[in-house]
Amino acid sequence: MAQIKPVASRRQILTGLATAPLLLVIPNLAQATAAAVEAEIKKLYGDKAIGSGKIKLDVPQIAENGLVVPVTVEVESPMTDADYVKAIHVFADGNPLPGVVTYRFTPASGKAAVSFRMRLAATQNIVCVAEMSNGSLHTTKSEVKVTIGGCGG
Amino acid sequence: MSNPTPRVRVPAKAKAGEVIEIKTLISHEMESGQRKDSSGKVIPRKIIKSFTASFNGKPFLESDWHPAISANPYQSFYFKVSEAGEFKFVWKDDDGSEYVSTNKIQLA
Repeated sequence: MAQIKPVASRRQILTGLATAPLLLVIPNLAQATAAAVEAEIKKLYGDKAIGSGKIKLDVPQIAENGLVVPVTVEVESPMTDADYVKAIHVFADGNPLPGVVTYRFTPASGKAAVSFRMRLAATQNIVCVAEMSNGSLHTTKSEVKVTIGGCGG
Repeated sequence: MSNPTPRVRVPAKAKAGEVIEIKTLISHEMESGQRKDSSGKVIPRKIIKSFTASFNGKPFLESDWHPAISANPYQSFYFKVSEAGEFKFVWKDDDGSEYVSTNKIQLA
């Protein structure tokens, strides 16, 4: 007697079951990546060369709670009319969205330093870009390990 | 949380030329737009999207916030004092509301 060929093998059904929920979840899990962060920086400054140094980015090495991670950024500058920090941008490469915050300074700020608290969905890099009044750019990054993520339920 | 209340710490007095630290805190849930409720529907985004600090009517610090900013946002920043006057801090919500705090400073 000829064997009846099943429409789908057991293996196909099982892999189908395993991947179906994944496909449903993916649109919501759209993660920012290092590439997304680079794209954001490109949107702001095009292909301009970005140097290092000048920025002190202070983040915990390990964050127990990703909902409230303290971040301090300080950029070396005399903060005079001739030479000051125009902007500090902060990005995260493992959150659902890459942008975190942008601060724009004036010489009246006295010191180009800010502290704030941010959410981290998972272990990832915090990327910081500073724009000086002469147009030069600086960047630095730092990894934070997260024990409990801070985005979504 | 219905009524976000800003709290600001500014020194009462400072010397001319001194750089002071200003700390601000505002109660706000900063709903990221990433979370879902129990029925699986996405809870719409509602965050404070920008903050401006001015002194005697002149803005000296501006910032744009994204959903990655924690609930009840705290921040600290600096200001170089040159004269006595009044600070005005404005937080702008996604829904168009503005939360304002004014604080005076005198020369020591």
